[in-house]
Amino acid sequence: MMTEISLNILDVAQNSVRAEASLIEISVDIDSAADRLAVKIKDNGCGMTEEQVRSVTDPFFTTRTTRKIGLGIPFFKQSAELTGGSFSIRSELGKGTETEAVYVLSSIDRMPLGNMTQTIHSLVTMNTHIDFLYTYSADGRSFTLDTREFREILGSGDFDAPEVSAFIKDYLAENHAEVSKLAE
Amino acid sequence: MKSLEELKAIREKMKGQVDIREEGSDATRVVVGMATCGIAAGARPVLTAFSNAVQERDLKNVAVVQTGCIGLCQYEPIVEVYKADGEKTTYVKVKPEMVDEIIDQHIVKGNVVTKYTIDAAKLG
Repeated sequence: MMTEISLNILDVAQNSVRAEASLIEISVDIDSAADRLAVKIKDNGCGMTEEQVRSVTDPFFTTRTTRKIGLGIPFFKQSAELTGGSFSIRSELGKGTETEAVYVLSSIDRMPLGNMTQTIHSLVTMNTHIDFLYTYSADGRSFTLDTREFREILGSGDFDAPEVSAFIKDYLAENHAEVSKLAE
Repeated sequence: MKSLEELKAIREKMKGQVDIREEGSDATRVVVGMATCGIAAGARPVLTAFSNAVQERDLKNVAVVQTGCIGLCQYEPIVEVYKADGEKTTYVKVKPEMVDEIIDQHIVKGNVVTKYTIDAAKLG
């Protein structure tokens, strides 16, 4: 079991990395009025067959050979459903996969969102060959991180260069703080 | 609020630098397990701590990378250090507080921090 929603996001996004996606879209949308927190992770990776999609929420299904258990998606699903929320996964072979977890914001069983800056920062700097589109919104305010923009400005994908990595971390931390502050 | 203007300034600054980072055969690789088991056990802050430490010390021939599950989930977070000569050290149950010691003693000075290795964990 993960202790933060942001850790589930990091874990499930690793599936998109392994699916050889070239673009991974992640959104976190907090809506206090509707009492919900929605997380979407969408990729253009290799996708799954219908059979695999059906099996993927089963902890005793995995494509890995190192062990017989795959807990990433089951954890993510359980964390949302525990709060009275919902979970869905759609996938098409050769097109990509989209997962969505909706949490009831006020539920006592909702784990904290946690450190989204660290999650997105590690995804972006450890997978510089992949583009990420990240949107964080809270009650109508939002910000976006689009590595395609960064790539264009830099003329390269050196997101792990010290100066760029530091910029990305500050960009995420400051924008998260700003959006959360205004939403209060 | 940070803006993309700052990134343009960084690009201009980087243009003047010659890239002296060589990730050739003499590179040390720090491999952090980032599968479900690793993440649940606390690998994310460990990965961040290694990346930060390598950048702060400006270590040119050290690459911090991630990997999936290596099948020793009960020992996560696991960090494998591959030195240039191919020698592999497996650190287990790694916490961010251990990172400075592993970097300074092992990666910089070449002395394996035995007490954090899998062999020490199995004996204990």
